[in-house]
Amino acid sequence: MVRYIIWRILGVIGVLLAISLITFALMHSIPGGPWDELKMPLSGVQRENMLRSYGLDRPLWEQYALFIKNLVTFNLGYSFVHRSETVNEFFARAWPISAWLGIMTMLVAFPLGLLLGFIGAFRQNTWWDYAATTISLSGFVLPSFVLGLGTVLLFSIVLKWLPPGGWDSPKHWILPVFVNCLGPMGIIARYTRVALLEVLRSDYVRTARAKGLSERKVRLRHIFRNALNPVLAVAGPLVPVLITGSLFVETVFYIPGIGRYFAASVFQRDYPMIMAIVMLFCTLVGVVNLITDIFYLLADPRIRLTR
Amino acid sequence: MVSPALFLQLPITTYQLPLTTYALDKEEANMANVATYPQAWKLKDESVRQRSVWGMAMQRFLRNRTATVGLIFLVLIFLIAAVPSLFAHFGRDEANFVDAWQGPSARYWFGTDALGRDVYTRILYGIQTSMLVGLTTQALLLVIGIGLGGLAGMAGGKTDFAIMRLVDVMAAFPQLLFTILLMATLGIGLRNIVIALVIPGWVSLCQITRAQILSLRETVFVQAAAMIGARPGHILRRHLLPNMIAPIIVNVSFSLPGIIMAEAGLSFLGAGIAKPRPSLGQMVAEGGQNITYYWHLALFPALVLALIILAFAYVADGLRDALDPSQTR
Repeated sequence: MVRYIIWRILGVIGVLLAISLITFALMHSIPGGPWDELKMPLSGVQRENMLRSYGLDRPLWEQYALFIKNLVTFNLGYSFVHRSETVNEFFARAWPISAWLGIMTMLVAFPLGLLLGFIGAFRQNTWWDYAATTISLSGFVLPSFVLGLGTVLLFSIVLKWLPPGGWDSPKHWILPVFVNCLGPMGIIARYTRVALLEVLRSDYVRTARAKGLSERKVRLRHIFRNALNPVLAVAGPLVPVLITGSLFVETVFYIPGIGRYFAASVFQRDYPMIMAIVMLFCTLVGVVNLITDIFYLLADPRIRLTR
Repeated sequence: MVSPALFLQLPITTYQLPLTTYALDKEEANMANVATYPQAWKLKDESVRQRSVWGMAMQRFLRNRTATVGLIFLVLIFLIAAVPSLFAHFGRDEANFVDAWQGPSARYWFGTDALGRDVYTRILYGIQTSMLVGLTTQALLLVIGIGLGGLAGMAGGKTDFAIMRLVDVMAAFPQLLFTILLMATLGIGLRNIVIALVIPGWVSLCQITRAQILSLRETVFVQAAAMIGARPGHILRRHLLPNMIAPIIVNVSFSLPGIIMAEAGLSFLGAGIAKPRPSLGQMVAEGGQNITYYWHLALFPALVLALIILAFAYVADGLRDALDPSQTR
């Protein structure tokens, strides 16, 4: 089993290298430098100096090698756009916000999703089920910016209960977390419901009831535990999506997190920032998937035996 | 005993024993009627009539009320997308500056925007844009995904290995990020959006196709066909493709609203469709800027977008339940 884990870790590293290569190639295929040619026209010598100071005049493979070396030593460079701070400092400022938003979202989405799934499964095909299914479906199907603007319209403009944007006080947390959690909540609810329906009809539950276990014990020991299995498998990959911040929710609510600055940095060709965000995100996804897989390996003896 | 006629697929009638030659009397002749399988289905009792797999699937689909309603709505949407001018009141870019910033009224059903353009008309053309992007992208995804997946499944060996490594790398890269990067590289516009959506998107179809082919290759009927000398093309057409279609249909029905949502999201960020061509996402963004006083600019495009995506989702759910009833509803 240790060999399998090592093999997987190597796989993640390999994939990250490939992703960094692709991102690097894409970013440097855009003509022009990290400044706006129209607003800041430079003469030939000035351009050369600027490019040299940013290290952009070296051959591409040299830039890439330098980038990889820096990445491994966590030196992410200077942002081209936010010129007063390095990328590290920017992350230190923006990532806690995105991470906090993500954590709050998961804390809300998980229980709500489980609840909706349980309602749907235990009251199958009644109007409770239809309501729960519709809510969970709309949650993850509707685009978050649509939902975001809708809630802003309803709660900030019509009812004037909550502020429409910013991140100063806990009051500002309510709407973004609500909008952001509808997606994961919907996914978790759907998977929970399907898993529960399968478990409720399974042989071991019937056996447990037949041999006389109280309904509470049946629910706790057999139903709940086995239904949680696929839900955890789905929840794992959801986590890095949230922790790096949701692009659209942060844009709609003007939250100063990573997601909002990503799109801006792409169009302003802030190479160090783009590379850093992409690598961060992909590393998180890879690591969380790896951890989920290992956890599954340890938790479910059936997988261990087939390995 | 199974009649050999089952394999020959000949039209079979009721064989009556000739009274003179073989039967002893009329009664025995009648008792010796041999009716084989197509004849049985001509019985008056309809429940015995043979049904096709697709017929049964369609019946299951139609029993699902939300899916049927969604389908009817989608037919309307496709009609609007095909000929928006049939439903539109004004021209697509017709700007009456005098009437700018108006709320909904009898003349302008959904109000006017900053340039005095009718929001209702722009929404209709926006639906056309969304459908255009969605269908073009999905068609390209089908060609590339099924093509590569089929190649990997049928060829095996080194080709399979190479394609699978490519799939691994593409799958690890978050799709939305990759699309945004590509849009930044290529620039905005309809053609570039399609390219930027296709490049990270073919992966799931490829995986599904390859998995299906690999599992179908081991089935008895395919092996039997190969044993009696059928060519690969014949096996592909007659045995593999009809059995592969169901998961592909389900994947397509879920991926189409995903594409529409991605296009709307990109246009919302300003990275999507170019300016004069209306896009629902871009209209929502514009409306979001002015939401305090002119809520109609954001509300109607957002509502229409939400309804379209919901309809797709219900139809997709219905299709999945109809084509794969083994999953508990």
